[in-house]
Parts: sequence; C-alpha cells; structure tokens
Amino acid sequence: MLDLTRTIAQQWLQGLGRVAILASETFASIFRHKIEWRNFIYQIYFIGVKSQSVVLITGAFTGMVLCAQTYFQFHKVKMDTATLAVVSVSMGSELGPVLTALMVAGRVGAAMAAELGTMKVTEQIDALRTLAAHPVDYLVVPRILATLVSLPLLTAESIVIGIVAAYVVGVFLLGIDPAYAWHNMLAYTDAPHMMSGLIKAVFFGLFLSLISCYKGINCGQGAEGVGRATTEAVVFSSIAILISNFFLTMFLSRMLQSG
Amino acid sequence: MIEVKNLEKSFGSQRVLTGVDLRIEKGESVVIIGASGGGKSVLLKHIIGLSSPDSGEVLIDGQNIAHLNERKLIEVRRKFGMLFQSAALFDSMTVEENVGFVLRREGKLSSSEVSNKVTEALDMVELSGTHHKKPAELSGGMRKRVGLARALVYQPEILVYDEPTTGLDPIVSDSIDLLIIRVVESLKITSIVVTHDMRTTRRVAKRILMLHNGKIHVSGTPDEIFSSQDPLVYKFVNGISDPKNVMQL
Repeated sequence: MLDLTRTIAQQWLQGLGRVAILASETFASIFRHKIEWRNFIYQIYFIGVKSQSVVLITGAFTGMVLCAQTYFQFHKVKMDTATLAVVSVSMGSELGPVLTALMVAGRVGAAMAAELGTMKVTEQIDALRTLAAHPVDYLVVPRILATLVSLPLLTAESIVIGIVAAYVVGVFLLGIDPAYAWHNMLAYTDAPHMMSGLIKAVFFGLFLSLISCYKGINCGQGAEGVGRATTEAVVFSSIAILISNFFLTMFLSRMLQSG
Repeated sequence: MIEVKNLEKSFGSQRVLTGVDLRIEKGESVVIIGASGGGKSVLLKHIIGLSSPDSGEVLIDGQNIAHLNERKLIEVRRKFGMLFQSAALFDSMTVEENVGFVLRREGKLSSSEVSNKVTEALDMVELSGTHHKKPAELSGGMRKRVGLARALVYQPEILVYDEPTTGLDPIVSDSIDLLIIRVVESLKITSIVVTHDMRTTRRVAKRILMLHNGKIHVSGTPDEIFSSQDPLVYKFVNGISDPKNVMQL
C-alpha cells in the first residue's frame, strides 16, 4: 500500500516536473524564437471564435439561474433589489471565469490533446522535428498564446451576457424594480471584482493549454493512447482550474484590495 | 560521413540495441535489414537524432549528436531528409503545403520560387497536379511519394527511408524502388534504407548491413549477402522460418 502511494506520488511529481519544463521551454521560445503567427491566428479563430456558442449559452443560463435562485432567497427577507448585485459580483469574480474555463477545457483542451496526440502516434511530430521545426515553437507556443489571449475575452463576454440575462430574468420575469436593481448592482460591484475574474482567466488559460499540450505531445501509443490523453487533458485541466481558483481568489482579493 | 560507435538503447527491461558499430561514407547507398521488431527503425531514429541513446556515439561529419539538445539537433537535422514508414504527412495541410513546409518556414525564397521548387519535387516523384489534394485523398503509395518529395525539396545531404515499401502492392513498391535508385544516382545523396523487403534490398543497396540481436551481424555487398552461407543470413534473405518458431505461433 505504501509502495503504491509512493509510486503514485512519484508519477504525479514527475508529471508536474515535465509540465514545468514544457512551460519554461514555451516561455523561452516566446521570447527567443520567431512566433508562428499564422498558426497563432488560426488558434485564435479555433479557440476564440468557435467557442462563442458554448460560452454564450454557459454565461447566459448561469446568470439566469443565479438570478432566479438569489431572488427566491432574497425575496423572503425583502432584499429583491440586491439580486443583480450578487449576480454581477459572482459572475465577475467566480462563475464567469471558472465556468468559461471549464467549458473551454472541455472543448478546446480535448481538441488540443487529441490533435497533438494523433500527430504523435502518426509520427507527424517526428516529421516536424526532421523538417527542422521545434514542436514547442510550431505547435505549443501558438496554442498557449492564443488561449492566453482568447480566454480573458471569452470570460468578459460570458460575464456581460450573464449579467444581461440576469437583468432580463430579474426585471421582466421576476418583477424586480429595474432602477434600484441597477443602482445596487453598480454600488456593490467594484472594478477589483471584474479585474480578479479576468486575471484568473489568464491563469486558467495557461493551465488548461499547457496541460492539454503536454498530454497531447506525450500521449501513449495508438487510439487508446490518444483517448487517454484526451480524457486526462480535460480532467487534469478542470482539476487545476478548480484548485487554483481557490488560491487565486485568496491571493487576488488581498492584492487587489490592498492596491 | 556517418559513424555509429557502440550504440546501446533499452526500453524498460528490453535491450533493443546492444552495441551497434557502423560507418556510412558520403554518397553511399546502404540498406539495413533485420527481423521485424529487431531495432532497425530505432537505429535509424538515433542516426537522425530523434532518439538519444543510453550509451555510445553517433557522429555526423565528425560531430557527436548523441546527447545534443533539441535546438542544436535541429541544425544537424537540416542535413537529413526522412521518409517515414507511414509517410507522416501533415494531414491538416495540402500536398503543396506539406512539400513546401521547410522552404516556407525558412523564408529565404519568394512564394513563386517555393511553388516552382514544390512543382519540381512533385514532378520528380511523378505526382504532378496533386498540389491541392489533402493527404487523406491520396493512396498509400502516393502518400509515400509525397513524403519523398517533401524530404527531397530542400536538397538534404542524407536521405533515410524507414520501410519505404511496407504495405504497398508490388507495382507501387517497384515504383518506390525506382525512385530511390533515381535519387541515389541523379542527386548523389547518401541513402540509408531500413527494410525487410528483400526485393527492395537487392535493387537499391550498394552495401547491406544486417542487424541481429541489437548488433550489426554482417556487412557486405548485395552479392556477398545473397550468396552468404551464414545460416542466419541465408535463412533471412531466403525467407526460411525456423519450424520451432512456427510451432510457437
């Protein structure tokens, strides 16, 4: 039992070490080597543009359900007009970035791991290396940069659409007074709440793209290897997003408040 | 010139290469034969720097590449072209983009010059007019020929072929053999072919190396190898199986 625990711990630490090495190679490549702009723009399209429907639906329905649930509780204590304030703070600092990142991890992270994994098992990554292209420069850097740019924008979009959807549900469906609701929302939602959400999105983008690329280029043999890499990319990215969210919340709330 | 000295490689407990020594002169056409799973492709990947050995040296024009980092290996690999067993074409790109990949990334030639070079390379492998096709639209033999065009287009000094005719019908295999011979004779490129196809070996090789138990068992001209009385070599080149092994299948 002890041996098994030790083996699992060793494997985790080795994996973490390899992800850290990939991260250092990626950042070295960004600053020292030519960026593949064509690949970067394609990835922006794939990650940013093609995730629109997923992000809009997630943002809108999260805002709507959050508004309804908050209203049902606040209505009991006659605090209906604070509903939108709760929705905007929650969407801005927590639900917007976390749910957007989880949805993008499911869609984009899986696709990255599957694509790079397939390239690995069909020797396309070896072919790249023989054609004098470094896989980190050509495959990893454009994906990570594109995720770093796209995810904060998708998060901002998700937050805005969530608040708008909550406003529609609150005002037109639940009958909250629009003037007070809007006033309270602006009064209780500070810039640090939104800043915190967007900063988190940058970190989540880094974690999910790094883990997905790592899983793809290190995938095992055959269809089974690609399948496992894809699953692990989504699972580990999601876990990394959820765990790091707690620490980022603690860190950013203190940093932004003191600032 | 390529020199391999006492090369060893293991995967877990399985020892694949147990001390390979070989030397390939500039312009030579060498075929490495040996049983399936015997380490031929692994040896080839060490020669081109796609794998690093547990011990030993791989010298390319006197430079030991055995433990170079990936960035330095990229410079060394510029001397090589490789035709992969599966062709390894980039499936998101067209034939033209595959073949012109290196030239476009280098950025030394104009777009029209790259297009001309790509057309020349595709003409050489008799695939004119396939520029805009995707790899999925090509047959196995066509994919291998595109892979060869991609390896030839930037005029490497050394071309390595990993099982160039595996999985192809005899007619297509014949066309690939002829292409390899044409490349060796017309471009004077050093050629290393890994195969267990004896027809290809006989036609393409100027020298044959046989890998057995992770070492070079024998080296000789095609005439020497095909008339060898060494039981191992004789059985291999004539395709004679050991009845004991057959019973175990």
